[in-house]
Amino acid sequence: MSLELLLVLASALFCIGIYGALSQQSIVMVMMGLELMLNGVLVAGAAFWAYVSPSRPDGQVLVLVVITAMTVEMAMGFAVVTAIFRARDADLTDQAADLSG
Amino acid sequence: MVVDALFWLLALTAVASGFAVFRVSSMARATFALAVSFVAVGAVMLLLDLDYLGLITVLMMVMEMSIMAVFMIMYMMNPGGLMPMSMYHNKAGAMTVAVGSFVVLAAGALLVPWPEREGVAPADITLQLGEGIMGSKMLVMLTISPVLFATIVGSLVLAAPRGRYDRFGDDLDQPASDPVPGGLGR
Repeated sequence: MSLELLLVLASALFCIGIYGALSQQSIVMVMMGLELMLNGVLVAGAAFWAYVSPSRPDGQVLVLVVITAMTVEMAMGFAVVTAIFRARDADLTDQAADLSG
Repeated sequence: MVVDALFWLLALTAVASGFAVFRVSSMARATFALAVSFVAVGAVMLLLDLDYLGLITVLMMVMEMSIMAVFMIMYMMNPGGLMPMSMYHNKAGAMTVAVGSFVVLAAGALLVPWPEREGVAPADITLQLGEGIMGSKMLVMLTISPVLFATIVGSLVLAAPRGRYDRFGDDLDQPASDPVPGGLGR
């Protein structure tokens, strides 16, 4: 286990998340892609704390912030899905493309 | 080394179950695949001696995914996974972007001369975090709390079927015509 290996793991998780967020049609599956991207950020934050500056709490606090971001993303994401499903029976991203330029 | 073997096992589990999220034929299975990925990442954090953060990652994400599974089953047309599920758009483009960014990020991770480790971890790592968020990093906690509160209010407002103003407009004193009667004086 080394900083480089942990960062490669983080990049792998992040990029699988990108793939999911870009390729999925269902809005909830897009949210799972975003969660997976943040999962990679968790690994990177923990790795930087352990291998670069374990004497300072910065890395740990960053991990805490990312965990909070995941929670907020889940709650708001499901609220938006509920609202849009209620308004027009849409649960696919292609049915909610109003803002697409 | 046991730690190295464990790390490889957990890393492969995290990546494989992460990829399985977008490959399995039911959203409920996808949710549990994502939970496995989170548990593996939490265990990697435990390997780095981050006991508290690793544990709350495992506990929070297992709970979060259990809740997510309920929502998944609510919103999906095929909860049991009895038929193959294929709900993609622009699969080739997404794969290109994902592989391209992985190559760039992994090259960066392997080629950048990262700084040497500075200092040593304190004896009590959780105490370090606690003193951090109650001391020098207090602004972070002060920001997180209103954000979480705003999330509670915002998600309730978005998810509520209708509010009091949908029912009456600005004139809240009219008699109510609720589908289900109830409430004070009604």
